[in-house]
Amino acid sequence: MSAYTPSEIMTVAAARALGNDDVCFVGIGAPSAACNLARRTHAPGITLIYESGTIDTKPEVLPLSIGDGELCDTALTTVPVSEMFRYWLQGERITVGFLGGAQIDRYANLNTTVVGPYDHPKVRLPGGGGAPEIAACCGEIFITMAMSKRAFVDKLDFITSLGHGGGPGDREKLGLKTKGPTRVMTDLCVFEPDPTTRELAVVALHPGVTREQVQAQCAWPVRFAAEVGVTPPPTETELGVLRDLQARTAKAHGEDT
Amino acid sequence: MAEFLSLHDAIAANVRDGDAVAMEGFTHLIPFAAAHEVIRQGRKRLKLIRMTPDLIYDQLIGMGAAEKLTFSWGGNPGVGSLYRLRDAVENGWPGPLAIEEHSHAAMANAYDAGAANLPFAVFRGYRGVELVRVNPAIRSVTCPYTGEVLATVPAIRPDVAVIHALRADREGNVLLEGIVGVQKEAVLAARRSVVTVEEIVGDFGERSRNAIILPSWTVSAIAVVPGGAFPSYAQGYYKRANAFYKAWDAIAKERDTFTAWMKENVLGKDVSAFARHARAS
Repeated sequence: MSAYTPSEIMTVAAARALGNDDVCFVGIGAPSAACNLARRTHAPGITLIYESGTIDTKPEVLPLSIGDGELCDTALTTVPVSEMFRYWLQGERITVGFLGGAQIDRYANLNTTVVGPYDHPKVRLPGGGGAPEIAACCGEIFITMAMSKRAFVDKLDFITSLGHGGGPGDREKLGLKTKGPTRVMTDLCVFEPDPTTRELAVVALHPGVTREQVQAQCAWPVRFAAEVGVTPPPTETELGVLRDLQARTAKAHGEDT
Repeated sequence: MAEFLSLHDAIAANVRDGDAVAMEGFTHLIPFAAAHEVIRQGRKRLKLIRMTPDLIYDQLIGMGAAEKLTFSWGGNPGVGSLYRLRDAVENGWPGPLAIEEHSHAAMANAYDAGAANLPFAVFRGYRGVELVRVNPAIRSVTCPYTGEVLATVPAIRPDVAVIHALRADREGNVLLEGIVGVQKEAVLAARRSVVTVEEIVGDFGERSRNAIILPSWTVSAIAVVPGGAFPSYAQGYYKRANAFYKAWDAIAKERDTFTAWMKENVLGKDVSAFARHARAS
């Protein structure tokens, strides 16, 4: 088994969560790598949708933006952006939405808006983009984020997109019938919300990672499921496909000046 | 009917100080050449509207052309921050910038409502999120049939929409294909519009019957600017310059490097600077 990086096992764990029948709303960065890895390994039939309007796209290289020409060139069809949000997302045609963020709390609410107060932010982040409605309208949400105390915070500075709110019943009170976040794939472990309390709990540690290491990168007291498994290490195939994809991507993005 | 004008004249006639301006193009067909002309003509106090501010509004904001920004995602896609936008919001440089922040779904719906000549858009959105607290324009309505509470946002009705398209024909009809974003909605929602195009053709020729066509009578002015979407792209003409998007990070990070770059590449150039990015003919 080759050595692999924390970022690679995070991407592999995220890819494994996806199935052949999924219709997936893909964000840029780690989600895009995970979704395209899944498509090139165990889920060749997966439908990838980017919010730029490209439906069932099969890119050869990972896009830098969610609207690279590669996505349109290889799509089954491309629809206007207003249609994408109205018919496809609000129409609840998407089974899985992939999100990331600058901050996450124990109920998997996300912040991608500001660090500090909204009116006088210490750091102005990009904002929500598609996330507020992705979080509400997709069948379920997967989140990928590398762990650090700055990212896994006790209290968000701003709620950009809703996870499980403040606990059980909060999504339902808002009239949401979708599941919300069902899995958080990090570079150290995998979390899932506790079925009763909705608080994130570690269900699997990546190989060689200890509970203490997870706690050291998380600002809230980490809960662990009754049974904590170990993530199977990335296979030669998964690593080979991922590295090949990333090498081709780096080459493609470096060539145009 | 659309008038064929030079880019200089098209901007001079249609973009005025204090206007609400929507320069649209979702990653694809971003009207950079037109924005550079707006900067060269020294427009001020613009109320900029755009789903993804991208490098184009980073440049306008950094050059002091804007007093307000309405947007839904303000980053450099796949790269990181828009530092000029951040500097304006975090430090008020080069001047104060009011922001009206939405989600993509809200803005797409608001453009759609503008094109449909409605006062507001209604959609299922903003549930359990804090933008509702900080943006008073976000309100709600109760469905008269089901009782469901739905989000509302005011329609976007810009004074002027600015877009880049692939081609125009000699009558002034405009064609866009590929990722078409919200350009059609932005033009139909606006009072005036400026469209830059890669080329003018005698006949659009073979095309999908469902291609996006803006009839000549919906457009105010057309200017031919080959390469005018660089560093974004024009499907079938040239690719997105991802390397430039990455390079922008270092250019825009500091005020000095940004200002020097703009002086050299925008203020010190004219529209012909874009030609070298056009498809080799």
